Amino acid sequence: MERNQMQMHRQIATIRKSLFDQGYLDEQFVQLEELQDNSNPNFVEEVVTLFYRDSARFLYNLDQALEKRPLDFSRLDSLMHQFKGSSSSIGAKKVKIECTHFRDYCNARNTEGCQDKLGPSRRHAGPDKSFGF
Amino acid sequence: METINLCCDHITSPISKELHVLAVDDSNIDRKVIERLLKVSSFKVTVVDSGSRALQYLGLEEDNNSSQFDDLKVNLIMTDYSMPGMTGFELLKKIKNSSTLKEIPVVIMSSENILTRIDSCLEEGAEDYLLKPVKLSDVRRLKDSILKSEGAEIRRIQSHKRKRNNDRLPSSVACHDLSVPPPSPQQPTPKLARL
Repeated sequence: MERNQMQMHRQIATIRKSLFDQGYLDEQFVQLEELQDNSNPNFVEEVVTLFYRDSARFLYNLDQALEKRPLDFSRLDSLMHQFKGSSSSIGAKKVKIECTHFRDYCNARNTEGCQDKLGPSRRHAGPDKSFGF
Repeated sequence: METINLCCDHITSPISKELHVLAVDDSNIDRKVIERLLKVSSFKVTVVDSGSRALQYLGLEEDNNSSQFDDLKVNLIMTDYSMPGMTGFELLKKIKNSSTLKEIPVVIMSSENILTRIDSCLEEGAEDYLLKPVKLSDVRRLKDSILKSEGAEIRRIQSHKRKRNNDRLPSSVACHDLSVPPPSPQQPTPKLARL
């Protein structure tokens, strides 16, 4: 294998490992990798792409819901439940954890908590770090 | 020989074909993953996004007593619990209350580990309750248990038929231990237990 290719493979392996070490990914992601083979060589990529699309739609819906006063906690909870499901299915561990925290705030009817979680900064700064995007 | 034909009707065994699973989930990601999990485990898969579509597929439309039903024969239904519209639990109840569908095993999938929920699903006749995310090991275990019960069902049907035919025929030509219907050459040899 060409030297550059080997370096790239090593880099990818390092990045992949760090995603696990830092808690961004869990064993469900490994399960997805195991489902990929020569007959379905792009399976993981396809699923992750679906997830990113889902996320974009979810963040939009969440934004809308957070604009309302008073907050509709049951709508917020339902959105979070769905998103938590998606993130769990691909092994996006940190995202899943954040969803759980958010839902806890919803259950406690904690407006401030919900707002803080997403923060006005997100709208301006782009992907929210706390969601690990 | 005529006698053998009388006694041993060739039963189309689902074991010698791929088992057909109908998977129901409103999440596109989960649909994609469950489809792959099932295909990798050698199931034939049909995926739909709602309980009502599932019922449509199963031919439970009010005005439709689908004659195509046999071709579509579903051996297992796997459904998400939390879905908008008809929940997985409601779908389970509809299936178990249907004379044509109640024999089909139904498995519930859910991200929530709630004992009361699990209990009510099992009480309502669910075969199993799987926690999401569903894994390959869950699907394999499910397959083993479905194959076992299908095998048992076929043995039961065959032994019932043998008994009925033996009662009709003079004892000199009654069948004895014709346990395995000759496998059709086009179909893959069943991996599982001998019938």
